[in-house]
Amino acid sequence: MLDYITSYLSSNVTPGQAGNFFWATVYVMVVFGGVSVVVMAMNWLERKALAHFQIRLGPMRVGPHGLLQPIADAIKLATKEDIIPAEADKLVFWVAPLIILCASFTVYIVVPFGPTHAITDLNIGILFMLGVSSLSVLGIVMAGWASNSHYPLMGGLRSSAQMISYEVAMGLAVISAILMTSLNSTGIGTLSMIGIVQAQQQAHVWYAFKFFPLGLIALIIFSIAMVAETNRAPFDLPEAESELTAGFHTEYSGLRWSLFMLGEYAAMGAVSSIAVTLWLGGWLRPFPNWLSGSFFDLVFSLFPAFTFLALAGFCFYGVTRMPKHPYFRLETIGLAGFGAVLGLIGLILLITPVRTRVQDIYWFLAKVAVFLYLYIWYRATFPRYRFDQLMAVGWKVLLPASLVVLMATAIVGVVI
Amino acid sequence: MTPVATNFFFFLLAGVTLISGILVITQRNPVHSALALILGLLAQANLYLMLYAPFVAGVQVILYAGGIMVLFLFVIMLVNLERAKKEEQFNKLWLIGTAAAAALGFLFFTVYLKGKALWQDQGTALPPETSNTQEIGRLLYGQYMFTFEIASLLLLVAIIGAVVMTKRKV
Amino acid sequence: MVPITTLHYLVVAAALFIIGVIGVLTRRNVVIMLMSIELILNAVNLNLVAFSRIHALHGQVFAIFVITDAAAEAAVGLGILIAFFRNKETVNMDEVDLMKW
Repeated sequence: MLDYITSYLSSNVTPGQAGNFFWATVYVMVVFGGVSVVVMAMNWLERKALAHFQIRLGPMRVGPHGLLQPIADAIKLATKEDIIPAEADKLVFWVAPLIILCASFTVYIVVPFGPTHAITDLNIGILFMLGVSSLSVLGIVMAGWASNSHYPLMGGLRSSAQMISYEVAMGLAVISAILMTSLNSTGIGTLSMIGIVQAQQQAHVWYAFKFFPLGLIALIIFSIAMVAETNRAPFDLPEAESELTAGFHTEYSGLRWSLFMLGEYAAMGAVSSIAVTLWLGGWLRPFPNWLSGSFFDLVFSLFPAFTFLALAGFCFYGVTRMPKHPYFRLETIGLAGFGAVLGLIGLILLITPVRTRVQDIYWFLAKVAVFLYLYIWYRATFPRYRFDQLMAVGWKVLLPASLVVLMATAIVGVVI
Repeated sequence: MTPVATNFFFFLLAGVTLISGILVITQRNPVHSALALILGLLAQANLYLMLYAPFVAGVQVILYAGGIMVLFLFVIMLVNLERAKKEEQFNKLWLIGTAAAAALGFLFFTVYLKGKALWQDQGTALPPETSNTQEIGRLLYGQYMFTFEIASLLLLVAIIGAVVMTKRKV
Repeated sequence: MVPITTLHYLVVAAALFIIGVIGVLTRRNVVIMLMSIELILNAVNLNLVAFSRIHALHGQVFAIFVITDAAAEAAVGLGILIAFFRNKETVNMDEVDLMKW
């Protein structure tokens, strides 16, 4: 039994491929917990970042600088009354958030955090991710239908029509990236997520910069389509408050609504992971060729520690700026403690064995974090698309553009 | 990777598929039938995975469960079914229909009995894991290229037909 | 335990086929009839993929084509349903009897 557990530690494949159930379960729990923490952090970051974009401060009261706000929100949502509309179809009403949640979280089993740091590596990895994330459309349709009320029905229909329209452009952009994986010596490409990043490693270029500007245009098409796919601004007409009173999740209250929110943020992370894996080199560090050599390897391997130490520095700067009133004593101590924890993590990341192991995961998460911040930036900056403009962009602009990019990538890949 | 607990998963998935099939044909509410069909399609995708056909499983999830069933749910929502839920669900000829289906089942059984000796289910080796998609691609774009083009033409005709039929002012 | 052979998959496919046939023959609601037709097509697909396990991969290619055709047929069938529903406000197959003698 013990050697069942320890025999995996020396292997260099994912636990799914090694068939090791114990470690696969451990990885699943770590990823599940990590995604939940990221969702809570995104909730906080969204409110603070939107506030600072709008020259206000956001949540400041609940913890120091609102850091405990997501926990307060979670407690509030869990203790709210569960209201079900009178004529609602109870079975479908109950199942709809579960479908969205399960679809958004199941996708994470193929997300590659490192060359062996994934739960498993299916050889149809990208097909699996696209397919399972398209199952969340079913959940939205059912949520809109089961609420037995016209705002959710309209919101559900519009939202699902938008999602299936932009799925086509997403799929075509993904295919043009998969085409580039077959430009190796054997001429055989791969659909597995880890294989795609390794193909980028062997080609010595991130696919966003390959066949410039084709890879970049494909990345831009995918970025726009993924924002529409997850019903986020500027494509959030179906769920915006001023338009349809929160659309398909109007009639959901308390914990059920939090399941929708959880599923939406998890889907955002999932499609960002697809974009990072396919075009931005996954876990590879920036500039592996221009800035190669052991000195630059050392510099780039210190980035995780520097990130955490910089965050700790921000926390301590915030501590110095806290008001000196005794009312704020607890918050000052809390912020200083939080800064101390971040600093401790940063110092632990300076130790060499930890440093070499954490590198891949750090670069992957950093790139996904950039995409998640872009989501918040779009929400603060862009006005909302009207629904017919939205569908026009999806079918008349993105679909022809992705077809042209696909054909151009294929022609260039054969010719060069 | 060696298969594990094959019997358990097969009986579980086959049971889910058959039970969801029965639920599809017996539910009063079409939305519940659609939900049961989605469950059955996903269980069938897993059966394809057990048969070492990962690409067909992926296609089933994307197209069938994620595409066709969304279409069904849209149409169920557009068609007003409140009145239909209270009416009689089975038509007048249900007894003859069930008898005909039972006769069909008896025909299947007879064919199996008579043809049992013709083919043996020889033990098959596990196919190599990484080449299913490549081999299907080779077949699809090589030997079955003509069929592929015809299928795309068929989809184009279906799109145009569906759009024309549902326009209000033709 | 008994090893799972191709026959097990064929029995499941045959049972699913018969369930689909019963659904088509006995239900009045057109949408559920179309869903039963999808069950029949799925049973055929399962049969094809089960046999493709012991022979070459042509069965899987055929199954992909069947799924594509099922999508086209579902789209056209539901279009016909919507066009008919606009005229007569019913989804029961029994009431499609305008041209009866």
